[in-house]
Amino acid sequence: MNLDAGIPEGPIEEKWSNYLEHVKLVGPNNRRKYDVIVVGTGLAGAAAASSLAAQGYQVKTFCFQDSPRRAHSIAAQGGINAAKNYREDGDTTYRLFYDTQKGGDFRAREANVYRLAQLSTNIIDQAVAQGVPFAREYGGMLANRSFGGVLVSRTFYCRGQTGQQLLLGAYQALQKELNTGNLEMHPRTELLDIVVIDGRARGIVIRDLITGEIRSHSAAAVVLATGGYVSTYFHSTNAVNSNCTAIWRAHRRGAGFGNPCMVQIHPTCIPSTADFQCKLTLMSESLRNDGRCWVPRKKGDTRHPAQIPEEDRYYYLEERYPSYGNLVPRDVASRNAKYVCDDGYSVLGDQGRAVYLDFNDAITREGKKTIGERYGNLFDMYEEITDESPYDGPMRIYPALHYSMGGLWVDYSLMTNIPGLYAIGEANFSDHGANRLGASSLMQCLADGYFVLPQTIGNYLHDIYMDKVGTDHPAFKQHEDSVRDDIARIMSIQGTRTPLSIHRELGELMWEHCGMARTAEGLKTALAGIEDLQEAYHKDLLVPGVADGPNQVLERAGRLADYLELGHLMCRDALERNESCGCHFREEYQTEDGEVMRDDENFQHVAVWEWKGKEDAEELHKEALEPEALPPMTRSYK
Amino acid sequence: MKLTLHIWRQANAQAKGKLERHEIDGISEEMSFLEMLDLLNEKLVTEGKDAITFDSDCREGICGACSLAINGRPHGPGQGCTTCQVRMRSFKDGDEIWVEPFRSGSFPVVKDLMVDRSALDRIIQSGGHINVHSGPKPEPNSIPVSHPVAEEAMDASACIGCGACVAACPNSAGMLFTSAKVSHLGLLPQGQPERYSRVQSMVHQMEDEGMGGCTNHGECQDACPMEISLAFISRMNRDYMKATLIEPDQRRGKLSNQ
Ligand SMILES: Cc1cc2nc3c(=O)[nH]c(=O)nc-3n(C[C@H](O)[C@H](O)[C@H](O)COP(=O)(O)OP(=O)(O)OC[C@H]3O[C@@H](n4cnc5c(N)ncnc54)[C@H](O)[C@@H]3O)c2cc1C
Ligand code: FES
Repeated sequence: MNLDAGIPEGPIEEKWSNYLEHVKLVGPNNRRKYDVIVVGTGLAGAAAASSLAAQGYQVKTFCFQDSPRRAHSIAAQGGINAAKNYREDGDTTYRLFYDTQKGGDFRAREANVYRLAQLSTNIIDQAVAQGVPFAREYGGMLANRSFGGVLVSRTFYCRGQTGQQLLLGAYQALQKELNTGNLEMHPRTELLDIVVIDGRARGIVIRDLITGEIRSHSAAAVVLATGGYVSTYFHSTNAVNSNCTAIWRAHRRGAGFGNPCMVQIHPTCIPSTADFQCKLTLMSESLRNDGRCWVPRKKGDTRHPAQIPEEDRYYYLEERYPSYGNLVPRDVASRNAKYVCDDGYSVLGDQGRAVYLDFNDAITREGKKTIGERYGNLFDMYEEITDESPYDGPMRIYPALHYSMGGLWVDYSLMTNIPGLYAIGEANFSDHGANRLGASSLMQCLADGYFVLPQTIGNYLHDIYMDKVGTDHPAFKQHEDSVRDDIARIMSIQGTRTPLSIHRELGELMWEHCGMARTAEGLKTALAGIEDLQEAYHKDLLVPGVADGPNQVLERAGRLADYLELGHLMCRDALERNESCGCHFREEYQTEDGEVMRDDENFQHVAVWEWKGKEDAEELHKEALEPEALPPMTRSYK
Repeated sequence: MKLTLHIWRQANAQAKGKLERHEIDGISEEMSFLEMLDLLNEKLVTEGKDAITFDSDCREGICGACSLAINGRPHGPGQGCTTCQVRMRSFKDGDEIWVEPFRSGSFPVVKDLMVDRSALDRIIQSGGHINVHSGPKPEPNSIPVSHPVAEEAMDASACIGCGACVAACPNSAGMLFTSAKVSHLGLLPQGQPERYSRVQSMVHQMEDEGMGGCTNHGECQDACPMEISLAFISRMNRDYMKATLIEPDQRRGKLSNQ
């Protein structure tokens, strides 16, 4: 497998400009001769598709929702980072790079991260020009807040709806391009296969979710912007239909999968207390600007939180990490919530696990109105779900699966190891290493979509000029047939297990053994358990309804096959990585006070897995990481 | 609790639909309305029956996918929330509940409780955007936006595009939806250059989608999960009037809009 990242020459600050100076371009008049497929209309996909169409390429976009505006990015709450240094608090491009690398525990590719920091400021300019209504101060200037793992205020926000507003900006840009004739939109469509001919990505096979029809689309390049894969765990903060099918099927066609075990557990979510819950609702990290995490010092203290005096409260983050306090990065905050609950201090007693997130001090200090303006919609959301108001007493929160740092391996130009196949946004592995800092996914998605891909794709396209392969090529028919066979097989099993029940079991295994704390033994148990579930799936699945019309159970069943395979690979990857780093916490590798212990000598690499067919085990390849600008150090937030 | 549900079933856009009766037991108060439907679906699937089709995704009130009318009201009981945010504590043991898709001539039923709301996308396509490419832009702080203006633009821009306003309106008007976008962009300095052409194209598209006009019932505001204000409709009407007078759609030739 070719894992040459193609990192440009020169010092880190000059790599991107060096790249741009030497990149091959496609002339304005020739662009209309190229079809580009963009799958996914979240921040990454909508930004990329609208920018490519505006440049003059013939773009086709796809999403499974009824409208591109409903992509999962819409749910992002807290904000987006940019090194604007508006607060004069010492922010610089280098500091954003430094924070992101350190936050990711030095398991990301340095050159990509630096470019991300450089492009961050352009994103804000772009979004404001599109009419994104960022919060403003009274003088009319842009407002900022802080997020975990940093000592500056560089996060821009639109109340608790930042993802929604940024996505609407990108979606509107997309709708606008429909008027130019350069863009075609295919909502309610699901990608089910990638067509690779003579080593190049040439198109996709899709299922129309309304008619059930299986069809192909050919193109000069295919871009996957299909989001993350934490729905593998069943319970997560992601939308209920988010899934890994697109990237997994690309993987099965030869695309390397980078760091599959690297997933993030977000510290502040509404806890899971019942079986029927379909998802866990996130309470934005921004709440930790003003909220204080604590548990009672006495086990089983059943007093109402307001009745518990200061001296009986254990502000565990503030005590353990005095310099970052409640604003430690997510992995640290999550792990500590787990520790206090493991020790028996859960504030839900026997009903589950949770800690308090308390706003009382902030409300006393700044008033209910100010705090309401900052977090009103989050407080309302919490109250709707729990029937308790955070204005009157602390929230009860617990960590939940949230984000996947791993994903398809890409080089510096965001191309996978299959020429012509790109992966952008959460779907790729590149920028967040072993842990992502808050407000940096929106930044990465938009940097990839607006500013990186539109500049790098020409370098590939110019090379295949005029060399067209259409859907009449026999490979398309073959791929379509294999998709049809798959669906027919799923429909014909007619067993007793519903896809939901198998998915739920997979989720329990993954959370238990491949979640916040992992051990070699647990991972082996999970691997065996997943193999049993795979067998249940193939022998005993039950999918009623028809294949030639809308069938949401069939959709879930198709995605479940991929979760089972990916879940298996995640456990293998976690087992193979004999170190702890960021969110990947192997209990065998920890310091005396329970912090992660990295092993740079043996694991300073991206683990890239290659599919070897259904019968054979995946093969592990490594891309060595060679940090130069920022040598790895012990990550301390004390 | 135990409930009786009457749920709209319709095979496809052409087929005739009907209400189907289901009994369901063991529903707890904390459950969301859609989790209750998930449970019912799981039961149907286990019995080998076709599950009830409905749209949903984020399940937290922001994507705008869910689109059910519960007891005749888009998004059901409760103020300022979507179907997925409705909790079963709004109902009591023994209740009978009617579940239907959003009803509007502009939203054809696709299957069961799923409707086609592409009309809303076409309204945005007609003008709900600002024409900029990705490339270097002015420094955002060089154009200050006062706090109240930014907040009001955000109030309008909070629209999740669910279409409850259209489904709730006796005239099937799309005015709350359209005016929210017209106002969001029309309030901000960045939206000024296209302000008057935008309002005209969007209003005309809304009419082409077969949506009616506003006669001040206020049902849209009442059903809106984001509690978007009717005042934006007045604002859009003012902009539209001004636009047809000072900047007609077609600057030369026919005066079709006057
Ligand atoms: C609740 C929540 C809050 C968050 N808050 C923040 C925050 O404050 N700041 C921050 O930086 N990040 C935040 N994140 C993370 C961030 O929102 C996501 O990482 C990011 O939006 C992912 O965007 P994307 O463009 O990669 O993919 P998505 O937005 O997930 O879009 C995926 C797209 O791909 C399509 N798709 C997927 N599979 C297929 C298929 N097989 N066929 C066809 N189409 C397909 C979907 O239809 C969709 O259009 C948050 C995440 C969650 C869950
Ligand atoms: S499912 Fe997203 S708003 Fe209801």
